[in-house]
Amino acid sequence: MLVLEKNALSEEIESLVNQFGKERSALLQILQAIQRKHKHISDFAQQEVARMMEIHPVEVNSVVSFYSFLCTQPKGRNIVRLCQTISCDMAGKEKVEETVQRELGIKFGQTTKDKRITLEFTNCLGMCDQGPAMLVNEKVYTKLDPETAINILNEIK
Amino acid sequence: MVKRENERIPVSQQAHVVDKPKDLTNIGGTVSVQINEKKITVPLGTTILEACQLNQIHIPTLCHHPDLCIAGVCRVCVVEVEKMRTLQTACSFPIMSPIKIKTSTEMVRKARRHIIDLLLSEHYGECYSCFRNGNCELQNLAKEYGVDNYTFGHVQSPRYEVDNSSAAVVRDMNKCVLCKRCVRTCIDFQEVGVLEAIDRGHDTHVGTFLDKPLADVVCINCGQCINRCPTAALRANDPSDEIWTAIDDPKKHVVIQTAPSPRAAIGEEFGQEPGKSFTGELNTALRRIGFDRVFDTNFTADLTIMEEGTELLTRLKKALVDKDQSVKLPQFTSCSPGWVKYIEHFYPEYLDYLSTAKSPQQMFGALIKTFYAKEENIDPADIVTVALMPCAAKKFECNRPEMYDSGFKDVDYGLTTREMAKMIREAGIYLPEMPKSQFDDPFGDASGAGLIFGATGGVMEAALRTAYELITGREVPFENLIIEPCRGFEGVKQASVKLENCVEQYKFLEGVELKFVVAHGTANAKIVMEMLKNGELNDVHFVEVMACPGGCLGGGGQPIPTSAEIRKKRAEAIYEEEATLPIRKSHENTHVTYLYEKFLTDGPCGKLSHKLLHTHYVKRGKYIS
Ligand code: SF4
Ligand code: SF4
Ligand code: SF4
Ligand code: FES
Ligand code: FES
Repeated sequence: MLVLEKNALSEEIESLVNQFGKERSALLQILQAIQRKHKHISDFAQQEVARMMEIHPVEVNSVVSFYSFLCTQPKGRNIVRLCQTISCDMAGKEKVEETVQRELGIKFGQTTKDKRITLEFTNCLGMCDQGPAMLVNEKVYTKLDPETAINILNEIK
Repeated sequence: MVKRENERIPVSQQAHVVDKPKDLTNIGGTVSVQINEKKITVPLGTTILEACQLNQIHIPTLCHHPDLCIAGVCRVCVVEVEKMRTLQTACSFPIMSPIKIKTSTEMVRKARRHIIDLLLSEHYGECYSCFRNGNCELQNLAKEYGVDNYTFGHVQSPRYEVDNSSAAVVRDMNKCVLCKRCVRTCIDFQEVGVLEAIDRGHDTHVGTFLDKPLADVVCINCGQCINRCPTAALRANDPSDEIWTAIDDPKKHVVIQTAPSPRAAIGEEFGQEPGKSFTGELNTALRRIGFDRVFDTNFTADLTIMEEGTELLTRLKKALVDKDQSVKLPQFTSCSPGWVKYIEHFYPEYLDYLSTAKSPQQMFGALIKTFYAKEENIDPADIVTVALMPCAAKKFECNRPEMYDSGFKDVDYGLTTREMAKMIREAGIYLPEMPKSQFDDPFGDASGAGLIFGATGGVMEAALRTAYELITGREVPFENLIIEPCRGFEGVKQASVKLENCVEQYKFLEGVELKFVVAHGTANAKIVMEMLKNGELNDVHFVEVMACPGGCLGGGGQPIPTSAEIRKKRAEAIYEEEATLPIRKSHENTHVTYLYEKFLTDGPCGKLSHKLLHTHYVKRGKYIS
């Protein structure tokens, strides 16, 4: 990372800490804000958060590693999470999975070359009666079939 | 100055701690409960576990440790509380109303057994080859609950690679039961913050920042986590095989130096009550094992006092007489390698405050391969130096690249008390029954001042005995040379002595109030460093810091278990032994005088002693890339 980038990131984290406070309960909000903007929380960002909140970097790392919506490596601009839990699975998740993989030319767990989309699995989204369900960034799509899924994917930038 | 109770409460728990009345008769402050058939009265907020322990009712525990905050994560301590639907964890249940508790019902027994079975189903157990065999809390639980089959299966092969990167601490997560005692030790007790639970669910493991090898993170090698781990998931890096090889090699001249704290604790490894020193017995045992010479690290502790004391007087003179603004005061002690690494990581900008004197272990190594080799006419290349230490960080210290001043590796191996006990057992020796014997010349028996280095405040006390006498020509004004303010286990101690009627050479100190601060455990070191940062130590001259709680006697290489009570007993053993010694001031150690006459002829902090007995430090910082 360039020094300038580092400084910018530090400033950003500082303003987040000012906004949310130094209480431990603020940690998740701060991490989510970083994740939302940068699509990942870098090693450096974790250590800066720790420094400014006066906790240890490993504690931040512990929280980041616990939540699957937080990650340490950069991902695509959009994250598509397909539910893999049993109801959706029985409602036809596999077909959607295969089509999506073929259409994008990547497997689940991977990111497209142009960094447009990262494919991931998730567990139950609470939409079991309307499966298969899929989460695109923060929006839920239900009752998918291969065709609707592709249409949704094609629309995101 | 900040006063902290010895009982530290981690920030994360401060909101949940209930103040207990000191006086039990305080009306309203107590509550009556019934445990099994017994009716008892306890202060409000007492946990069920504490109440049971006070009444000799046994409750199994695993994640609970008397030094650490409550976690309540392992669940083996469950008990039945009347009118509550589920079982409750005794260790984390504060008694706030008159409840009825049952500690051994069918439900309780079955639940505990299930929990143990579940722990075992994840535990890669191979007890014969395990260093905790016979002293393992998980093994004990399995025995206590009569585990005779693996209800939920058993791990057949290791899941994790063993982390051997650190010179001091080995991590084998295959044996980890996720009790998080190490996490609480490192974060709350030592405030270093190396370990935490990483990942989730089945993948949860205790790891470092980004799962880096331990050698690449800010671990200070104190080994406190080892002493608190209930299993063998954490252990020290054991060099005993290499030492046996050296002993078995007739060409090698193998010498060992023993520090005071292992001698005050090694008996525990042989089933003795804490609080008895086995110095003489150990000397004999070591000779029988095959060490060619047995030396007393206290000799170089005395030497440290001469060097560090001279350095302090030089700094004081520069500051007071020459008005040199660049002189750094207070001077911090440098004998604790865990503390040295702590300041290198967390306060690198303050490294100049550290004394440049090496630790007694390293001074000894450098002298053995120079002075001793010459006196005895032995090729230093054939000498193997072993250091018996209470400490895990000493293993790291002797491997530092700065520690080759004799032209060889000054100290070849750092050995912990536990590993020494293992070697003694292996040699078929029962330590408590050994006849006593003395240390070998040319270093001989040291002064009591060197001995008390083992307890927190000891270096300060020893330094004061010598410094005060050098400056004023009189003994320290404390009865029996016991400098009470240096003793005891308060986290940060502060005191002073007034210097009056100084001898000619030190007239510049006339009327000066010599102020000193003593801290033990890096959590307290952090308090002191923050005080320094805030300018609260401007009038202080000398600061002693030991990385381990209680000082060396509570070191990470000492016998397991440890608790405040055990540490207190070890301290008593040290002070008791000290009181019986004929010489109790470092500058009166005749062997030290001899060394300055014969070898370090330009005196303390002279040219040769700077080469051999002093060192420099590395600015490490805490960022990990
Ligand atoms: S940690 Fe305990 S239970 Fe596990 S192998 Fe070692 S002695 Fe056995
Ligand atoms: S040795 Fe000390 S610093 Fe290192 S992990 Fe253990 S407790 Fe933490
Ligand atoms: S390494 Fe030891 S102390 Fe740490 S969680 Fe595992 S079993 Fe507990
Ligand atoms: S199983 Fe897919 S949303 Fe619940
Ligand atoms: S000892 Fe009580 S939950 Fe672990």
